[in-house]
Amino acid sequence: MTTTALWATVLVASLACYALKLGGHLIPRTWLASERVSRATTLVTVALLVSLVVVQGFADGSALTVDARVPALVVAALALALRAPFILVVVLAAATAAGLRALGWG
Amino acid sequence: MNVLSSNPAARAAVRQGVSVSVATGLYGISFGALSVAAGVGLGPTMALSLLMFSGGSQFALVGVIGAAGTPVAAVATAALLGLRNTLYGAVVSPLLQVRGWRRLAAAHLTIDESTAVAVAQPGPAASRIGFWVTGIGVFVLWNAFVLLGALAGDALGDPRAWGLDAAAAAAFLALVWPRLAPRSAQLVAGLAVVATTALIPFVPPGIPVLAAAAVAVVVGLVTPTAPGTVVEPEKESVP
Repeated sequence: MTTTALWATVLVASLACYALKLGGHLIPRTWLASERVSRATTLVTVALLVSLVVVQGFADGSALTVDARVPALVVAALALALRAPFILVVVLAAATAAGLRALGWG
Repeated sequence: MNVLSSNPAARAAVRQGVSVSVATGLYGISFGALSVAAGVGLGPTMALSLLMFSGGSQFALVGVIGAAGTPVAAVATAALLGLRNTLYGAVVSPLLQVRGWRRLAAAHLTIDESTAVAVAQPGPAASRIGFWVTGIGVFVLWNAFVLLGALAGDALGDPRAWGLDAAAAAAFLALVWPRLAPRSAQLVAGLAVVATTALIPFVPPGIPVLAAAAVAVVVGLVTPTAPGTVVEPEKESVP
C-alpha cells in the first residue's frame, strides 16, 4: 500500500468510525426499541471479537498455523476463568508466547 | 467538581474510571508497536489513535493492512467493528444529556470502556462522571502509550519476540469473554470460529471477520426470542 493510500485508508476509516459513534448519539431512543436490532448488534460484537481472536491467534497470512500464540491463548483463557484483570491476562499471554519463542518454539 | 469529595458513588465512578483508563492505556503499547511493525508509520499510527480512537477498529485496520489487504477491506472491517459504538452512543446519550460541542466530544469518547463504566453506575450523576473520567482518561493514556509503543517498537525489533501478537489475541479474548454468557452468544461464537477458520485460507484478509459478522446479523435477526430471555437458540434458524 502506498503512503497516500495508507493515509487515505486511515482518514476515511477514522471518519467512518466517528460518524458511527455520533450516529448513535443522534438516534432517537425509540429507534433501538426493536429487540432484534439490539440483539443483532450485540451478537455482531461477539462474532467480530471471536473472529479476531481466531485471525490474531491462528492466521499467518492466508495459512492457519499453530505456534506460540496458541499456548498463550490457553494461558489467557485460564487467567480469564480465574477472573484475572484485563491487563494481567494480556501480560501473561505475551510472556507465554515470548518465553516459548525464547526457547526456540513457535 | 465539588461533588467528588462528598459523594461516595461519584468517588467510586472516578476510581473505576481511572483503573480502567490505566489498564486500557497500557495496552496502547501493543498497538503502537504492532502498528509500526505492520508497516503503518508513526504518523498514521498516531492519526489512528487520535482520530479513530476505538481499539478494536484500530487493531483490525492495522491487521488488514499488515496482511496486505485492500483499503476497502481495511475501512469496511474497521467500520463494522465500530458499529457497536453506535449502540453505545444510543445508550449513553440519554445519560449524558449534552448538546453542541460537548455532544461531539462525547461521541468521540464513546468506546467499550467509557460505556461500560457509565452503565455500571447506580445513578445518572455517577454515570456522567464515570463516562467522562473513563473517556478522557483512556484517550490521554491510550494515545501516550501508543506513541511510546510506536517509538519503542522500532528499538524492540520484532514484536513477536515479545509476544505482542499473542497479547493482541488475548486482549480480544478478554474483551469477548464477559459477553459469552448467553446461549445465543455461545452459538454465534462457535459459528464465528467455524466461518473464520474455513475462510482464512481462501479469501483476502479482513473478509473472514466480515463473514463472521454477517452470520451474527442473520442469527440476531431470525431468532425470535427476546434478549435476556433466551433459553435455547432455534437450531433451524441457523444456516
